[in-house]
Amino acid sequence: MTLLAFLILFCAVMIGYMLNLRAARAIRAGGTRLHSLDGFHGGFSALVTLVPTFFIILFWMMFQGTVIQSLVKAGLPAGTLEGLGTGEVQLIMSEIRSIAGGRIFGTPEDWKLEAADRLVSLRATSSILLVVVTVIMTAVLILLSRKTVAAEFRARQGVEKIILSLMIGCATVAIFVTVGIVGSLMFETYRFFEMVPIADFLFGTTWEPQIPIREDQIAAEGAFGMVPVFLGTLVIATIAMIIATPIGLFSAIYLHEFASDRARAYIKPLLEILAGVPTVVYGFFAILVIAPAIRSFGTDLGLPIAPNTALAAGVVMGIMLVPFISSFADDALAAVPHSLRDGSLALGATQAETISKVLFPAAIPGIVGGILLAVSRAIGETMIVVMAAGLIAKMTINPLDSVTTVTVQIVTLLIGDTAFDSPKTLAAFALGMVLFLMTLVINIFALRIVRKYREIYD
Amino acid sequence: MTEQTASNKFDWAGPAFKARLNKRKRSQLTLKLLGLGAISIAFGMLFLLVASLVSTGYHAFTQTHIEVEVFLDPEQINADDPNRGNYRQIITDTLVTQFPEVADDRAELRKLTSILSNGAQFSIRDEVVADPDLIGQTVTFKVPVSDPYDQLNKGLMDRETPEEFRRLKNEEIANFDILKERGMVSKPLNTALITNADSRFPELAGLKGAIIGSFYALLTCFLLSFPIGIGAAIYLEEFAPKNKVSDLIEININNLAAVPSVVFGLLALAVFLGWFGMPRSAPFVGGMTLALMTLPTIIIATRASLKAVPPSIREAALGVGASKQQVVFGHVLPLAMPGILTGTIIGLAQALGETAPLLLIGMNAFITSAPATPFDSATALPTQIFIWADSPERGFVSRTSAAILVLLSFLIMMNGIAIFLRQKFQRKW
Repeated sequence: MTLLAFLILFCAVMIGYMLNLRAARAIRAGGTRLHSLDGFHGGFSALVTLVPTFFIILFWMMFQGTVIQSLVKAGLPAGTLEGLGTGEVQLIMSEIRSIAGGRIFGTPEDWKLEAADRLVSLRATSSILLVVVTVIMTAVLILLSRKTVAAEFRARQGVEKIILSLMIGCATVAIFVTVGIVGSLMFETYRFFEMVPIADFLFGTTWEPQIPIREDQIAAEGAFGMVPVFLGTLVIATIAMIIATPIGLFSAIYLHEFASDRARAYIKPLLEILAGVPTVVYGFFAILVIAPAIRSFGTDLGLPIAPNTALAAGVVMGIMLVPFISSFADDALAAVPHSLRDGSLALGATQAETISKVLFPAAIPGIVGGILLAVSRAIGETMIVVMAAGLIAKMTINPLDSVTTVTVQIVTLLIGDTAFDSPKTLAAFALGMVLFLMTLVINIFALRIVRKYREIYD
Repeated sequence: MTEQTASNKFDWAGPAFKARLNKRKRSQLTLKLLGLGAISIAFGMLFLLVASLVSTGYHAFTQTHIEVEVFLDPEQINADDPNRGNYRQIITDTLVTQFPEVADDRAELRKLTSILSNGAQFSIRDEVVADPDLIGQTVTFKVPVSDPYDQLNKGLMDRETPEEFRRLKNEEIANFDILKERGMVSKPLNTALITNADSRFPELAGLKGAIIGSFYALLTCFLLSFPIGIGAAIYLEEFAPKNKVSDLIEININNLAAVPSVVFGLLALAVFLGWFGMPRSAPFVGGMTLALMTLPTIIIATRASLKAVPPSIREAALGVGASKQQVVFGHVLPLAMPGILTGTIIGLAQALGETAPLLLIGMNAFITSAPATPFDSATALPTQIFIWADSPERGFVSRTSAAILVLLSFLIMMNGIAIFLRQKFQRKW
């Protein structure tokens, strides 16, 4: 039915365009000069019809599910949903939905069957209503825009105004996304802090989010101290940076100073491949190759090594970050004016001396900015640690031990769970908030350093 | 004064100078070697990555099959409703004809039937449903063997391992060897990897659902992020007045590009699923989430290629009386299109490999059928890789590598197209 609505809209747009085009041509044929070209009159009608109707259909699609669901819920016999948690209510609603879809398991209660019938009829009404609304809207809009066709009507300006406002709308989407991120994180985090005191979260040193769901279940009380999780993140990020920074910097120096143009043309794209490999592939690489290698190496040395060592995840993450750092460092070195380099070489310095005493100090701000951006990547990186790091939060900085990270906890807390009413799921949003703020601060700081540095030589 | 100069006079041929020069040359060499070493480490890791994936993954591109002559016993199959037949029994009977001596021993029989995949009965059923006339005939079928035997046949299971540590006992191996001697075992190309959806059994598991799911998600992502991204970029580059609002938008876009992907997953979970009540695990919702992440990439690429169009084009068009929008849409945008498309494809390739946000909206569900519409539950290629990597069965190791190779080949294809577009259409002004 929604397809039908879109089809009607499409036809209406065509009809409106043709009607206005012909009207404009008729005026022109009558010997009058028009302000705008005929096509703009047609386009004006098309846009006037398309834009509002399209958004109405979109909103309809977005909200009809929620509205119908709440109508069905309201229509249930009084008292059926009393005293049930959100999870149970969701379960009942999804059962009603599957009955409505024709998948009946066992013998459901009569009131569920009734509700399913109501759901089906509400859906039918809704889609018929949508088509009716579309027809009326488009008809009215076509007629209205048909009336505007006149010699002095500024159709081009009209069209351009609509397009401009559409473009402004597109540009503000980015703001809406940020607002959405901050808003949703803050909302859920606030609800989390209603259940768990904020000081416990920020300064607590135990993280045991597995809380009992039912009264009689045996599980830990639940503790939400983020310090060990945060510490684990730092351990893995530090290992990653220890690997990535020297490799990235030295390869950038080699590429910039020593490699021939031909070698550079081959090496650079090959390095970039490392950046293009999806992180889930790195995660699998970590558990398939790196972790067993570290384990067997450790057993040879007689070291106790945990199955999910922080080292394995950190090393692989470091490899992932190499091209990131090297391309930033390369850019920073390239941005140093040639006169500095030429001057140093002319004084008789070797290339190595030029690099280490002239180019590198001049490029330091750009390089530091790049490294900071890499740190923020390492902190926010998810799949490698989800696959290769541990799940249990420990207060340790031993890289051979198993640690967990903020992102790992977010993913494991939320996989397979939709009820937003337990501290367990809400904790994920609180962690997400911490992650977002941390990376935001690092990014802003890094971008500022990079930008400030660039201004010096421009 | 003169004396001092003389005493300071440096001996350019003396040993002190030689030593210093050598030291400087050595440090030059050291830096060069360090650079080479760093690049070799990076390349070594890349090589190790690819080599380990290929060496484990190529096994999954073949699958051991057994050719069995099945008598489709009319007593076991209801001719009116071929869906309901005792195909398990038919298969067992077929194997018993090869090993008549075990017919009465239940334990032995169970060992014997374990050779064939659990899916064997279903593939025979599907054949019969498609052509009910087969009932009563003896037909030759090629059915997949179960995972342990597949591993055995590919040499991934060591026969030398003591029996108690091996997944297959000596007898089972002996049974399989007999079948092999009779020439019933073959190892054809594993088309199921592409034509099947997910399964609990490695020998039946395929990527069809994941590929279609990824396709729908990418399509949604493209349809949303491409027009919105271009619209935003054109506005910011060509029309926006230089004021605080435009600055704010610009800072916003740059920051969005650096927000961790898992945060976008949280946003999608809270807003799309939580507030709007959109379906879980749907590729459409996944595509919307990916669109939010791809948007900054497309905007930045579009702005760069709009900037690269020389001002003379704009001025010429303005000079002959075009309006600002006519200039942009009629002249600047078409010239910038190759660059925009290149940036978009690269952004989509990134989106294709993105996993974390899809996990949070539930695209890691176990779904055994391919999605028919973008609103059905599905997995995507990267989440399928994640699921398989987590599965304990040995057969999934090679299948995970194979799935990664499939994903990587898609990525290489997309990037190849992007490079081709850039080479072919990019103009130097």
